[in-house]
Amino acid sequence: MSAFAQSVHTAFDLIVHADPALQRTVALSLWVSGSACLIASVIGLGFGAWLAVARFPGHRLLLGAMHTLLALPSVLVGLVVYLLLSRSGPLGHLGLLFTPSAMIFAQTLLVLPVVAVLTRQLVGDALHEGGDQLRSMGAGRLGAALLMLLHGRWAVLTIVVTAFGRAIAEVGAVMIVGGNIDGFTRVMTTTIALETSKGDLPLALALGLVLLAVVGLLNGLLALLRRAPAPTVAGAW
Amino acid sequence: MLVRLQDVSVDLGGVRALQAVTLAVQRGEVLALVGANGSGKTTLLRVLHGLLQPPGRQAGEPGISQAMVFQRPFLLHLSVRNNLRLALWLTGVPRGEWAGRADEALQRVGLDGLQARPARALSGGQQQRLALARALVRRPELLFLDEPTANLDPAGKREIEALLARLAAGGMTLVLSTHNLGQAKRLASRVVYLEQGRIHADLPTDAFFHGPLSGPAQQFLKGERT
Repeated sequence: MSAFAQSVHTAFDLIVHADPALQRTVALSLWVSGSACLIASVIGLGFGAWLAVARFPGHRLLLGAMHTLLALPSVLVGLVVYLLLSRSGPLGHLGLLFTPSAMIFAQTLLVLPVVAVLTRQLVGDALHEGGDQLRSMGAGRLGAALLMLLHGRWAVLTIVVTAFGRAIAEVGAVMIVGGNIDGFTRVMTTTIALETSKGDLPLALALGLVLLAVVGLLNGLLALLRRAPAPTVAGAW
Repeated sequence: MLVRLQDVSVDLGGVRALQAVTLAVQRGEVLALVGANGSGKTTLLRVLHGLLQPPGRQAGEPGISQAMVFQRPFLLHLSVRNNLRLALWLTGVPRGEWAGRADEALQRVGLDGLQARPARALSGGQQQRLALARALVRRPELLFLDEPTANLDPAGKREIEALLARLAAGGMTLVLSTHNLGQAKRLASRVVYLEQGRIHADLPTDAFFHGPLSGPAQQFLKGERT
């Protein structure tokens, strides 16, 4: 059996037998990226909707900056958060460096621009089509923008999944601010990087497969949700 | 007088959409805005409704309930029922009245029985009717309609015209833009002719269609008749 086939075989073995180390790493990854995605979504959806209707001096500049942040390198986020949380940094007194909270903080900063920019685009397009009609019914500008999130809820879910995908797949930020401490801050991507450098390819491969499966599962869930009946207005408010 | 415009001009994207328009909408009338494409009918409707508020626009009776039906209705990705509930919620109607008002409006436009259907799955004509129902649930005193029958088949047109005639007979003030001069003749009590953002004629319906006209309005009528 070739080394590659052997690695794949061992990787499947680890997954099928629910290796405890693998489980722990996967659970921490989901917790960190899920939390970051949730926080970024709550802030980013509202901020993006507001950006779609707000007009103020510097609006274009802010939009340009947000678009630039879409390509924000994760190591740069890691570095900035490291400087903020290090003992001599402005948030050093919180003692968060090398904890999962620091990783959540870093990933939130990383995906927030993604959620905000995509939401602004989604809401802006929808308002262009029907904003006047919602305003004609009595909605304010921000109210109309928020209603467009309900109208475009499937696209919103896609934005959230995209943000989660960016968070769970990044390695630079969590490596810097988490420290890749075994059993404490070690997540899937940092483990893959470490185990590959150590030559333990089966575990790295198993984690890679789990990473893919998680995103695949999310997409499946999204497809299922799309089939569910539309929410009721009474229930929505 | 419900709304008055005094010497109103509107620029949209560098184009003069309305030029020195002076117009008043009186309670109980059916006012038809006619004119070619790009003549400013829709802009005028938006100004009258208050979506655009240029200097010179004056609401005659504050707090009057009004609604507008757009040429291309925007319906949310929700059921028919929930699109109506949304309009009622935005209007501030107590929740206890929602079901009754929604059923009544759907019945009026001939969409009863379709409450649970996704609004965007309806045909173009049905969506137009739903947009009308969405306006009617608010029980407006003043209703603006932008080409209200543009997407309807002949039978649908007749039904909606009959409904509009009933609304007018019930005392609702209607302001509609239309390409269809026959429709203006059948429904309106007064006709305003627009060309290049200017009002060229503002006459009672009879006088517009049968009286002596001059200038662009005469040309327009001639063109329509030939």
